[in-house]
Amino acid sequence: MKRTTFIILALIISWTIQSNSQNMKALKEKAMGSSELLGAGATFPFPFYSKVFDEYNKIKGVKVNYQAIGSGGGIKQLTSKTVDFGATDAFMDDKELSDAGKPIIHIPTCIGAVVITYNLPGNPKLKFTGDVVSAIFLGKITSWNDKRITSLNKGVKLPNQKIVVVHRSDGSGTTFIFSDYLTKVSKDWESKVGRGKSLNWPIGLGGKGNQGVAGLVQQTPGSIGYVELVYSKSNNMPAALIKNASGNFIEPTMSSVSLSANIELPADTRVSLTNSNSAQGYPMSSFTWLILYKELNYNNRDNKHAKALVDLIWWMVHQGEKYAQPLNYSPLPPQALKKAETILKSVTYNGKPILK
Amino acid sequence: MLIENNQNIEVVIEQSNNRLITNEKKLKIRIIKDKMFKYTTVAGALIVTLLLAYIIFYIAKKGISSINWTFITELPKPPGEFGGGVSNAIVGTLIMIAIAAIIAVPVAIAIGVYLSEDKKTKLSYWVRTGLEILQGMPSISIGIVVYVWVVLQMGSFSALSGGIALAIMMLPVVAKSTEETLKMVPYSLKEASMALGVPYYKTLLKVVIPSGLSGILTGILIAIARVAGETAPLLFTSFGNPFMNANVLKPMNSLPLVIFNYASSPYKEWHSLAWGASFLLIVMILILNITAKIISRKWKIKF
Amino acid sequence: MKKLINKDKIFRGILYASAFFLIVLLFGFFITFILESSESLAKFGFSFITGKQWDPVDGHFGAMPFLLGTLMTSFLALIISFPVSIMIAVFLSEYFYKGFFHNIIKTAVELLAGIPSIVFGFWGLFTLVPLIREFQLAIGIEPYGVGIFTSALVLSIMIIPYTASISREVISMVPTDVKEAAYSLGATKFEVIRKIILPYSGSGIFAGALLALGRALGETMAVTMIIGNSNGMPDSIFAPGNTMASVIANEFTEATDSTYVSALIEIGLLLFIVTALINLIGKYIIKKTVQF
Repeated sequence: MKRTTFIILALIISWTIQSNSQNMKALKEKAMGSSELLGAGATFPFPFYSKVFDEYNKIKGVKVNYQAIGSGGGIKQLTSKTVDFGATDAFMDDKELSDAGKPIIHIPTCIGAVVITYNLPGNPKLKFTGDVVSAIFLGKITSWNDKRITSLNKGVKLPNQKIVVVHRSDGSGTTFIFSDYLTKVSKDWESKVGRGKSLNWPIGLGGKGNQGVAGLVQQTPGSIGYVELVYSKSNNMPAALIKNASGNFIEPTMSSVSLSANIELPADTRVSLTNSNSAQGYPMSSFTWLILYKELNYNNRDNKHAKALVDLIWWMVHQGEKYAQPLNYSPLPPQALKKAETILKSVTYNGKPILK
Repeated sequence: MLIENNQNIEVVIEQSNNRLITNEKKLKIRIIKDKMFKYTTVAGALIVTLLLAYIIFYIAKKGISSINWTFITELPKPPGEFGGGVSNAIVGTLIMIAIAAIIAVPVAIAIGVYLSEDKKTKLSYWVRTGLEILQGMPSISIGIVVYVWVVLQMGSFSALSGGIALAIMMLPVVAKSTEETLKMVPYSLKEASMALGVPYYKTLLKVVIPSGLSGILTGILIAIARVAGETAPLLFTSFGNPFMNANVLKPMNSLPLVIFNYASSPYKEWHSLAWGASFLLIVMILILNITAKIISRKWKIKF
Repeated sequence: MKKLINKDKIFRGILYASAFFLIVLLFGFFITFILESSESLAKFGFSFITGKQWDPVDGHFGAMPFLLGTLMTSFLALIISFPVSIMIAVFLSEYFYKGFFHNIIKTAVELLAGIPSIVFGFWGLFTLVPLIREFQLAIGIEPYGVGIFTSALVLSIMIIPYTASISREVISMVPTDVKEAAYSLGATKFEVIRKIILPYSGSGIFAGALLALGRALGETMAVTMIIGNSNGMPDSIFAPGNTMASVIANEFTEATDSTYVSALIEIGLLLFIVTALINLIGKYIIKKTVQF
């Protein structure tokens, strides 16, 4: 009895106080050794990822634990080295990359879109411009029968109801895409709020994750919010048509989202697709990326573990893409896939490339 | 003179009559007040009971319907697919409670024994204060510290870190109940043992602690009931896992996390899983509390 | 004999070590909080508490909205639950001190204490939120449903057992002879309760309320689910807001910037200090009353 007490006491003290002891290293090795991969981040592609990882487990027997904690969380947990890969809908900017110390690479996995969804009697199809969306989310338009909304939607009877704005409470790529678009199209938004994964919201309710926002909008009459396309589809929620850079009102569909990527891509694929000049492209679209360290020998990860990770991502951008469409995600266009392959081949273990 | 007297008497009688009437009135008012107070009190108490009955009934109604064999044996399905269960969360909760108990119980008992032995030293004063602070500490704060101490150091979220967070929460409950129980063990018992030449440590281990065992056990069960439903410290430690996992160095799912993640989702199937998990959790805690009560009643220290 | 004495010493050593371990643990907590929040402590100083802006984009952090949110939910919860808790305490100790009703209500209150916070949040989200939304529609304000008032309601249910059980204990400690003296003078039960029992146990009841307040301040999950997670200054009790605990739960895993993380940990530090103080004061008062 007392001996166990003593041993356990010693263990706890060593865990808490001498955190860098040998003990710790052995633990780390054990924790990293087996064939389970851990990822965390964006909620935007969560349904797609959970489907892909479920299939991957059935086919290859490799378990991938993905926790949808938000893009901000994905970046944080990767740079704190608590996960194998992160996932984000907002590419890391140059400052974030240099803060991380070691090089981090981005692999695009699919294209998603942010839609404006709402809860009104009968849920009519509505049209919005960037300016109106910005004014609503800034609290300048407070009622559904405001002239600026009704003039865009002639023939739709809008109630005299207060608008309840719903936004994300967590750091999120969806928020980044949404605010990135509004910053590009609205001066007012740019000066008052700006773009970011977390914002200083002037008004509104916060929901955690895409699920949280979708849930709040469904429960609150007269609300408006922004969610990933998939979440609006799977919950039968309406999605507004948005005026793009060419002046067309575009309905968010898989093809209009894909079309938005019809532009020149940079080598590291870190590019914003919002308000792109593609004529039929939906203006609030974005790649979603997996992020990982370029050199995988860190924190006692072994070669096998590194290989498992790269294999998984290779499989995802090839075979995995076929699961995108049924879940309302737009698969990678060929040119983006080529870029992803090149990037993935640059991943190394001890300086040696893992894929040949 | 006489008439005057009579008049005086009449006045006095009238006055005293009046007083009697007002006294009677006052008494009535006092009784009414008393009754009203009684009724409001009873009503207030009943309302709370009804409210609680309603909450439990509501969760039971929503929860029972989703509890079946697959709920207990299967893994969660990807969103949009029907069915699935929370077997990984059930196993995860049990494993993490076990880790917490293994870590916390010996230390907590040692602290409790110490406090019952050194009743009025400086160290015991500070330990008691420390226990009180720890008991009142928000669970989310414990989560942050364990994230910094364990998760960042190990480089991975893990069930172990979740267990450690829960252990810290169990510590004050078990220590306090141990102290309280051992205080009730009569001093004569200890004296008798010592007089027989039994060494001090054996006296404590073989005489004092066993006679207070029921109280200690009750404390442990109550502590487990307290941490079984904790979510906040697990958010940054055990993290969650869609697969079955028994490796304590890996992230692990638990019932409270399932409730939190699924409750805020827009999927109906996930809501019903969350209700099922809530019901399961409440039943578990209920059983723990009842067992604790039975133990403390049956094996009450009697000398 | 020597061996025995040695064993005795080892045993004593273990006891001391455990006791000492607890002190080390708490200091560790405190030091960790200070170290991890040092960046934000140095950068914002006192303006962290008074600042009204919580702006992760600019990297500017002020915790006023959360302090206010925490105080509003906790005190509101206390105001709502206090009278009910006293009623339960009086009911259990003066009116039905044994028997069927006593047992039912006592068990109910104990059960209430056992329900996990997360389940309360879940229940509140699905039953209370729509109710409050109806109410808000009826009185013509934004129908958020979630918000400070809703959180306070759920919190008030959660803290009833704390105030009730401590009050019951101190009420049962009022000496019987004093009560009997009052009865023999013809006092009604109400008068005995109001003029004898409540003044006598007043400080103890106050301590119970204080401990309940401590619990409400640190309560995380239930509040996180129903407060609306809005980082602005709350302008009414129906507005959505955030408490110190809920903002940590929402943002801790995803804060990337080091200033952001240390600001969140500083909120944790504040919460730690406030709850520790409240608990210590509460326990101190109880100890004083029990000594009578």
